[in-house]
Parts: sequence; structure tokens; C-alpha cells
Amino acid sequence: MENVTRVIQLIPLNYYILLSTLLFCIGVIGVLFRRNAIVIFMCIELMLNAVNLLLAAFSSYRSDASGQVFVFFIMAVAAAEVAVGLAILTMIYRNTGSVDIDHLNKLKW
Amino acid sequence: MTLYLFYFLSFLAVLSALMVVVSKNPVHSVLYLIMTFFAIAGHYVLLNAQFLAAVHVIVYAGAIMVLFLYVIMMLNLNADTEPQKGKWLRVAATVAGGILMVVLVGALRSAADTLPVTAHDNQIGMIKNLGKVLYKDFMLPFEISSILFLVAMVGAVMLGKKEIK
Repeated sequence: MENVTRVIQLIPLNYYILLSTLLFCIGVIGVLFRRNAIVIFMCIELMLNAVNLLLAAFSSYRSDASGQVFVFFIMAVAAAEVAVGLAILTMIYRNTGSVDIDHLNKLKW
Repeated sequence: MTLYLFYFLSFLAVLSALMVVVSKNPVHSVLYLIMTFFAIAGHYVLLNAQFLAAVHVIVYAGAIMVLFLYVIMMLNLNADTEPQKGKWLRVAATVAGGILMVVLVGALRSAADTLPVTAHDNQIGMIKNLGKVLYKDFMLPFEISSILFLVAMVGAVMLGKKEIK
């Protein structure tokens, strides 16, 4: 029993599920709450991180390394996504002079 | 000690995540997001995933957040130019997020009960083991992600350059 990580003995997996759900929902609220496109982007990063934390927790509790490799891939995809997304945002700013999503309503239903 | 550390890191992560959403100045949002990322890196250390903790600090707090700060600085955003939604839209957003939270908690409540907690191996988060898994089982996705990075780099440069007249 001494080769078990202390957190796994002390803390039930439910706590990590709750924490990740809370962080994910804060990210969703942020996307709905703000009008600045860059802050919306940061809230999407927050949601990705909540999922990463949950994957790492499941991986540690089940002692399966695949989950941590998935987290690694998600980080790679997030880095690529941020690079392209911020390039698009600077392009939008250059053309319209603002990053307010309410000005970008051509695709709105 | 570990228990208190867990509660402290969770509290810090949730509080600074909330501050990301509510703070008016985008620069403060970025700084609070960095704090959230450090708290999550602490959680990775607690879960004995040292490699993930190091990569998380380097990639997120080091690279991605610098990119965000740089763009905010370049666009010269601050609290005065920050657009705000109306009061009722904000209340609606909070209520919608809260309802999503209730649904997710209700759906995931019994998820952890199905897991058998046997045969633990506290070495899985180490670089040696993760490297073996990454280069043996996930070799093809790893190579494809390098193409993804190339495409992202080309796309960012394409989008960022000025129109040639």
C-alpha cells in the first residue's frame, strides 16, 4: 500500500470530478458573459484545462498512462489553436478596429 | 497535509477562474488565468504527474499566456475600451452556466463508483514511463501532431501578414 500516491488514498475521485466540472462551467459562463473575443478565448483555454485535469486524475486513479499522453496531445492542439486564433483576432482588429463580438454579427441568425 | 493542499489549490483555481470572468481589465484576466494554471500544475504534482506539471507550466504559463499578453498589449486593450454585456444577458449567462453545472454533476455523480481502485503504480506519471508509452503506442499521433504544428505556423504567418497590393 506504500507505493500508492497519498492523494489517491485521501481524496475520492468524486472531488476531482466536481472540481473539473466547476472549472468547466466557469469557462462556459465566461464565454457567455464577456464580449471581448480575447477573454472568450481565455475562457476556452480554461475549459480545456478542466478537461485536462480530469483526464490526469482518471489516469492517476486507474494507473493508466494513456490519459496523461492524451493530456499532452490536448496541450499541443491548444497551442496550435491559440496561435491561429490570435492571428485571426489581430486580423479582425486590423480590419474592424475592435475585438467586440457584437460587432461581428454577420453570421448571426 | 495533502488534504489541505488539495483544498487550497482547488480554492485558488476556482477563485482565480472566477476572477478571469469578472475582472474588467483584460490584462488582469490574463494574470488571473496564469494563477489558475499554476494551481492546476500543483494539482498535477499532487496526482504524481510530474511530467505533466512541468509541461503545463512551460506550455501554458510560459508560451500561451505570453502570446495572449502580447496580443493584448499590441491591440492596446484596457478597462476603458472593454465592452460589457447588459445586466440581463449576464444574469442569463450565469443561470445557464449554473444549470449546466447541475446537469453535469447529476450525470457524473455515479461515475467514480464504477472504478476499481486496485493495482496502483505510482510511476506512471514519470518521464521514463510516459516516454515509452508516447513513442510506442502513440507514435503515429505524435508524428501527425508535428504536421499540425507546421500547418498552424504557416496559417498564423499567412493570416498575420499584410495584404500585398
